Amino acid sequence: MIDWFSIVMGTALFLMMIPMVYRIWVGPTPFDRMLAVNVIGTKTAVLLVIIGTLFGRVDMFVDFAIAYALLNFVSAIVVSRYLNRTVSLRDMEEKEKAKEVKA
Amino acid sequence: MIHVQAVLPVVAEAVDKGGGIFPLQLIGFALGVLGLVFFLGTAVGMIRFPDFYTRMHAAGKGDTLSTMLMLAGFALVTMEDFSLGSWLLVVKIMAIVLFLYITCPTSTHALMRAAFEDDEMPLEEKDLAKRKKK
Repeated sequence: MIDWFSIVMGTALFLMMIPMVYRIWVGPTPFDRMLAVNVIGTKTAVLLVIIGTLFGRVDMFVDFAIAYALLNFVSAIVVSRYLNRTVSLRDMEEKEKAKEVKA
Repeated sequence: MIHVQAVLPVVAEAVDKGGGIFPLQLIGFALGVLGLVFFLGTAVGMIRFPDFYTRMHAAGKGDTLSTMLMLAGFALVTMEDFSLGSWLLVVKIMAIVLFLYITCPTSTHALMRAAFEDDEMPLEEKDLAKRKKK
């Protein structure tokens, strides 16, 4: 029963990740892509717990899930900071161009 | 027990395996299926919504809640006996739940702020009308 429940849950999670892959593929902005990657990473932590339940070694896979959730959070924060920084640099370049045009 | 096995083999097997704590596993199954429903909402919203901010609305809420529900459900499902090892397992999974409860909204907020400072403007009604004409 637990095995069948784990298999069904894992398959359903995996199938529902396909819309996220679609959003990564066609996402108009980089933020859409990063959002979908974030959702997939969060769900992968759940998937690791499910795999651990299937193998009967949840005590081992839970640690992997903790590490994966940590890495996912750090990557989301870092990428959002990076995009923010590049944006401000682009704004600075545009301001410099405007100054040159005025001069 | 024999005629129960003949009529409902799945339930009988679960009762045999779970022993006296079968209701706990049943609650775990219900929580997992509820999490799947919320994740279905997230998946549909990520495809259907027209704007980055509306998509973020779908992803931020549904993702956090569905992950927490599914992990809590599996914490209950893997609770075989009330020994020290299974309690440690439950505490670890609940630690992941608490961690995600804090970090998922934080990363969503950081991404939204980065998008807003990138002059990514929300859609207005005239934009939607323009999109319908196309």
